[in-house]
Amino acid sequence: MDALVAAVTVFVLAIFVGFEIITKVPPTLHTPLMSGSNAISGITLIGAVISTRVDNDALATVLAVAAVAFAMINVVGGYLVTHRMLGMFKRKG
Amino acid sequence: MNTFLIDEAWVNLAYIVASVMFVLGLKGMAHPRTAVRGNLISAWGMLLAVVVTLLAEGLSYQWILVGALAGALVGAVVAVRVKMTQMPEMVALLNGFGGLASVLVAGTAFMITREPDVPMTVATGLSGLIGAVTFTGSLVAWGKLAGVIPGRQLGFRGLKAFNALLGLGVLGCVAWLTADPSSTAAYWIIVPASCVLGVTLTIPIGGADMPVVIALLNSYSGIAAAATGFVLMNNVLIIAGSLVGASGIILSQIMCKAMNRSLSHVLFGSLGPSAGGPSADQVYGGKVKSAGPEEVAMLFDTARRVLIVPGYGLAVSQAQHTVRDLTNLLEARGVKVEFGIHPVAGRMPGHMNVLLAEADIPYDRLKEMDEVNSEISQVDVCLVVGANDVVNPVARTDPQSPIAGMPIIDADKAHTVVVVKRSLSPGFAGIPNPLFAADNCLMMFGDGKKALVDLVAALKES
Repeated sequence: MDALVAAVTVFVLAIFVGFEIITKVPPTLHTPLMSGSNAISGITLIGAVISTRVDNDALATVLAVAAVAFAMINVVGGYLVTHRMLGMFKRKG
Repeated sequence: MNTFLIDEAWVNLAYIVASVMFVLGLKGMAHPRTAVRGNLISAWGMLLAVVVTLLAEGLSYQWILVGALAGALVGAVVAVRVKMTQMPEMVALLNGFGGLASVLVAGTAFMITREPDVPMTVATGLSGLIGAVTFTGSLVAWGKLAGVIPGRQLGFRGLKAFNALLGLGVLGCVAWLTADPSSTAAYWIIVPASCVLGVTLTIPIGGADMPVVIALLNSYSGIAAAATGFVLMNNVLIIAGSLVGASGIILSQIMCKAMNRSLSHVLFGSLGPSAGGPSADQVYGGKVKSAGPEEVAMLFDTARRVLIVPGYGLAVSQAQHTVRDLTNLLEARGVKVEFGIHPVAGRMPGHMNVLLAEADIPYDRLKEMDEVNSEISQVDVCLVVGANDVVNPVARTDPQSPIAGMPIIDADKAHTVVVVKRSLSPGFAGIPNPLFAADNCLMMFGDGKKALVDLVAALKES
């Protein structure tokens, strides 16, 4: 139960931190913000990695490998496309 | 559940460092100057979190490699090839994959844990629910954006009741799972039922509301990741997921405010055909003035200050580069050119800004709605390209209108307005726009890009 309370604490505080920093993002960057946060939500990748175990049965292995692949699409696709987009934003020059 | 090759304290410390890097990365998004670095910090944080996770004992590295290579390849190819006009579709798909990954991770973790406790089971059920709704909801959103599914509101009588029953049923399954954590079957009922729910919740939402829906699904994908964090009791998942969840919620609120609608109205209300309101014939009858490129070029010849208001039509006709040419031409003649960006112009938050950035238009020329409205009376020519509802003065004047009270760009208050548009067809709100019939308005009918190419040519000749 202690672990759960600690996790809920982290959850609530992280949401507040999220609200504080995201409200400062200007509308110009809202699209890169979304693709960048897509990449961050690819953090499920570490959950997928940790579930890909040698002692898994066949079904669990298939599910875990699929999870790794989809999370990886988010991580790689998200960060790359965000980088590509942000590189286009230029000042007058 | 897992033991690590190094002391687990180090792993958890690395996770905290990674979480801080995500926060710093998002903080960098506060300004275009710092955003590139922010994104890189966030990416390094991700790498750190993954690398320490690989130190867990008993992992099947060859299978991880298979999945990672496949995902990285697909992700990289898509990220490099996607057109900027297709960013809404891309983000919708990424949202969906994030949700699906959460479903799979929670399901796998649940299967391989011998004696799951209550918090884990509840989290697994919720992860399956939110993840699956995100997955199919995003696929529907993608289909609507890509034109695979009709963009209008679809549905049948009793859809709301159906959704309510299905939603309750799924929550019942979560309760069942909690009461009897050994019932893996319950999880595999929750997932397909939630998949159906994702479709039936998204399909009645019309194309104009897509910015809200994408932002909301973005939030869901984060919340699903956070729920998966509760399944694995892993802080970095919880923190990263919450950050994304908060981000999506804020964006959907901004979009709702920009349409003067509540979130629940977007999700569950239906924008019926406007009853009453004047018909297109009453509004336009004989009052619409159409102009050719030469005529419009003459207007620009005498203008000192020009405001360009882009809408979704700009993206459809890929006119952003031609707009840039026009801007450069006008600026070379000493005209001040600015862009007025409505928050819901386009199909996702910030869509127009990315398109114009792609065409090398400096971001400091892109002004927000409030800023342009305060100076709009000094604008000589306001050029509206492929926008409709966001410049419809009815929002200010007619309290009965479906868009009443929606903040708009007051294009009608500029000295002269030129509207580039295919036809007089209504926008998503389905109502005629009196701006097009206003005394100070000229319509330039045609495809956005072609009309602007003609205009640039005419300007060069004059």
